[in-house]
Amino acid sequence: MQVQRWTRTSRWFGAAFCVLVVVLAFVPLVFDPDIVQKLTTLLILVLLAVMWNALAGYGGLLSVGQQAFIGIGAYGTVFFAGQGISPYPAMLLATVLAGAISLPISLFALRLRAAQFAIGMWVIAEVISIVVRLDQNLGAGTGISLIQLNQYEPNFRQAYTFWLALAFTVIFLAALFFLLRSPLGASLRAIRDDEDAARSLGVRVAARKRLLFVLAGLGCGAAGVLIVANTLFIEPTSIFSVQWSAYMIFMVLVGGLGTFEGPILGAILLFAIQTTFTQGGPWYLVGLGATAALFALLLPRGLWGVVEERLGLQLIAVGFRVVEKKPDA
Amino acid sequence: MEAAVLAAVDVRKRFGALAVLDGVNLSLHGGEVVGVVGPNGAGKTTLLNVLSGSLTPDSGSITLRDRDITRKSAAERCKLGVARTHQVPRPFVGMTVFENVLVAATAGGGKRGADAYELCVRVLEQCGLAHLANRRAEGLGLLQRKRLELARALAVEPAVLLLDEIGGGLTDAESAALVEMVAGLRDRGIAVLWIEHIVHVLMQVVGRLVCMDAGRVIAEGPPSTVVAQAAVIDAYLGGKA
Repeated sequence: MQVQRWTRTSRWFGAAFCVLVVVLAFVPLVFDPDIVQKLTTLLILVLLAVMWNALAGYGGLLSVGQQAFIGIGAYGTVFFAGQGISPYPAMLLATVLAGAISLPISLFALRLRAAQFAIGMWVIAEVISIVVRLDQNLGAGTGISLIQLNQYEPNFRQAYTFWLALAFTVIFLAALFFLLRSPLGASLRAIRDDEDAARSLGVRVAARKRLLFVLAGLGCGAAGVLIVANTLFIEPTSIFSVQWSAYMIFMVLVGGLGTFEGPILGAILLFAIQTTFTQGGPWYLVGLGATAALFALLLPRGLWGVVEERLGLQLIAVGFRVVEKKPDA
Repeated sequence: MEAAVLAAVDVRKRFGALAVLDGVNLSLHGGEVVGVVGPNGAGKTTLLNVLSGSLTPDSGSITLRDRDITRKSAAERCKLGVARTHQVPRPFVGMTVFENVLVAATAGGGKRGADAYELCVRVLEQCGLAHLANRRAEGLGLLQRKRLELARALAVEPAVLLLDEIGGGLTDAESAALVEMVAGLRDRGIAVLWIEHIVHVLMQVVGRLVCMDAGRVIAEGPPSTVVAQAAVIDAYLGGKA
């Protein structure tokens, strides 16, 4: 007997993914800045979906307060840039700040259960939002621009931001992938399926959840950084809006909770809907809500859940296959 | 007799007004199989939950090799060598049978890499699940799920094994195989506590039988003696004999 991790499919997919990343890296050199900006938005959505799924899909932590970290990332960038730090290093610092703040928050947030946790996180996001609004140096309630980015010529600026978005997305996807592949990976998937049973088999559930919480804090912080870099202006009501959580829930539920591939699919779908109904408005939101409700009722495992079930397809080599040892291999 | 591996001293647990465990004393030695019988609601599963750390007792203490583990979590106790099965199987449905067992071998058993893989394959063969290794646990039937419960517990390489009704629904041949496996574990020095309704299956392997009723141990001793006691017949048949 032998244990195999990579399958033919996952090898091909891994190779295709690397090619895609390389191709995407050339996008800013070929396309107009407005297309680059749109694709940056797509990458931000992918990052958000993957992070919310890490939290909810694997840790069972349904947060409606991840906008707290988005806001910390965005305002952290403005703050550090205001201290005279060059904008791009300021963005890295702000991402680390979001991760660092997620640790003390986890100390009490993770004591809460299920719905209490969900609402508790929302309250935490609101509290941070209010604190920001009280600070005149951060533009108080009216918002603030990341003026330091104006030193770059717009085309270059858009390209840098896109590359940063691509780098962040790849880094966080890779982080989750290697985490799921590591010896901890099986434990994380076990927590996803049955927390108590995992506990009784020796899985340190609380510590694993904290790990996912900090990862999601970092990732959502990175997304916040990218949002301010992409739009150059933020205000507390929109960056700390619970709508971010609604988007994340939508993408993950439609794509497939607790699957690696699903949230990416969900993000692409949301992006397609957003670009088709550019006017926004109430009907767009009604449509989003109706889609989410239909998925919850008819396809509770999401798009990728169905693919996995029907086709047994697994693109990501996080599983284990037991195969007969080949003679003389 | 040598010191007990696992011992419960005056353990009490209430759910609201109901005393589910009402001062239970129990000890378990390496290389012995202790059977637990009793009517539904006698507190058997609660006792197992308290021993495994899924529940904390209101009072009393649990010791493992003379070390107090009353406040230790289920995960910590598992790492210390106390493994259990669930009465209603709780497989990780989104993972394969092999991956289910791997969680136990790595998290509970502390094994890594090739060591863990080897152990898992061996345990799966032992439990008759090797041919299902790559199957998602979701598709398993009840008997296979029960075997998977046992396989996961064994992959921890426990010193103490707590079994909760894993024999129900087996054919004669299957239960004979199960009895043989449990006897094999006992001979390797593992302490086994086995809750089971099917008394004649227990009788084939247990060295000691404990009968519970209403949260108390009402009889304890060699199986044949316990089964013959009037109190046990009362508790089981529910009437005045």
